[in-house]
Amino acid sequence: MSSTGQGYAAPPLAAPGAGAKSETWLWIAQRASAALLALCVVVHLITIIYAVRHGLSGEAILARTRGNAVGLAFYTLYVLAIAVHAPIGLRTLCQEWLGWRSASLNWFTAALALALFAFGLRAGWAVFSG
Amino acid sequence: MDMLKVSVWRGAALGGYRTYEVPRQESQSVLDVVTYIQRNIDPTLSYRFACRVGMCGACAMTVNGVARWTCRTHVAKVAKGNAIQIAPLANLPVVKDLVADMSEFFDKWARARGQFVPCATRKDAFAQVASDSPGRVAANAGIECIGCGVCYASCDVVSWNADYLGPAALNRAWTLVNDVRDGARRERLAAVAGDAGCHACHTHLSCSERCPKDIEPTAAIAGLKRAVALAAWKGEL
Repeated sequence: MSSTGQGYAAPPLAAPGAGAKSETWLWIAQRASAALLALCVVVHLITIIYAVRHGLSGEAILARTRGNAVGLAFYTLYVLAIAVHAPIGLRTLCQEWLGWRSASLNWFTAALALALFAFGLRAGWAVFSG
Repeated sequence: MDMLKVSVWRGAALGGYRTYEVPRQESQSVLDVVTYIQRNIDPTLSYRFACRVGMCGACAMTVNGVARWTCRTHVAKVAKGNAIQIAPLANLPVVKDLVADMSEFFDKWARARGQFVPCATRKDAFAQVASDSPGRVAANAGIECIGCGVCYASCDVVSWNADYLGPAALNRAWTLVNDVRDGARRERLAAVAGDAGCHACHTHLSCSERCPKDIEPTAAIAGLKRAVALAAWKGEL
């Protein structure tokens, strides 16, 4: 710093973090969906292992899932957690590794979330309505 | 006499390593090595130090790829055979040789509202803060930071996001969030939220691992994440 005080500009004192509110809510959403995923993934894996170890055929699996409202509700919740969790994480990766920080990233994230939710629901509905 | 092969960064952002031969001595610190080069071999070498005893934090540099206080680092501890590489702190612009420009590092303390904001007047009584109160204990854990920049230079998130406030500034903010005498909690939480703030931390723990004062900025940042989330939940952000 020069003795005249020139050449040094003090930063603003109270500047809130960029997108403080939205980023905080995204963080909360990702943590909450992670907690949900921890449960859903375990149930999902147990279901898969059960089906494989018992040698169930595709038809036998469909016979169990068809019209199973509990199964549909569970997988809807699972898909929702994925659709919330994955795009937020990918958004951070894009920011940090690709330097992609423009508004277009938010559109990409939202589109990815919708796509994951739509495709996931479609799969869930397919085995329910079979 | 055993000789050390010391590879030292010379120049600014554009520069290169130059190798010097320095006599190896018992209980020799890395700062001793740098000082030997400057006083006996090349007086144009620039570096920064003050106290030499681990109180000021001015002599932090990158030694064999790891940020350290050079005054408190024995050559015997870090030398690979008889070789050492010394560079300026990472994640900061280089002024010259081993001198990093710390202004952005300290500006971020200000951006994280690292200033104490008193809320009492001279007519009020002194605040009584019990030494075992949770806030005081949390503040104590981070209060000994001397701003050496080792954590900042070790942080991956800083290297990915130049705006990230960094472990030291966030640790400072956390000590103030826990200070019952401070009157800017809300503004501070807003300042440390966002994509350049506490939520950007990936909990890699490099800052906690390398802090020469054994402070755990990661724990402070986790505390800020909780406090900010709670404030957002209550609509206070």
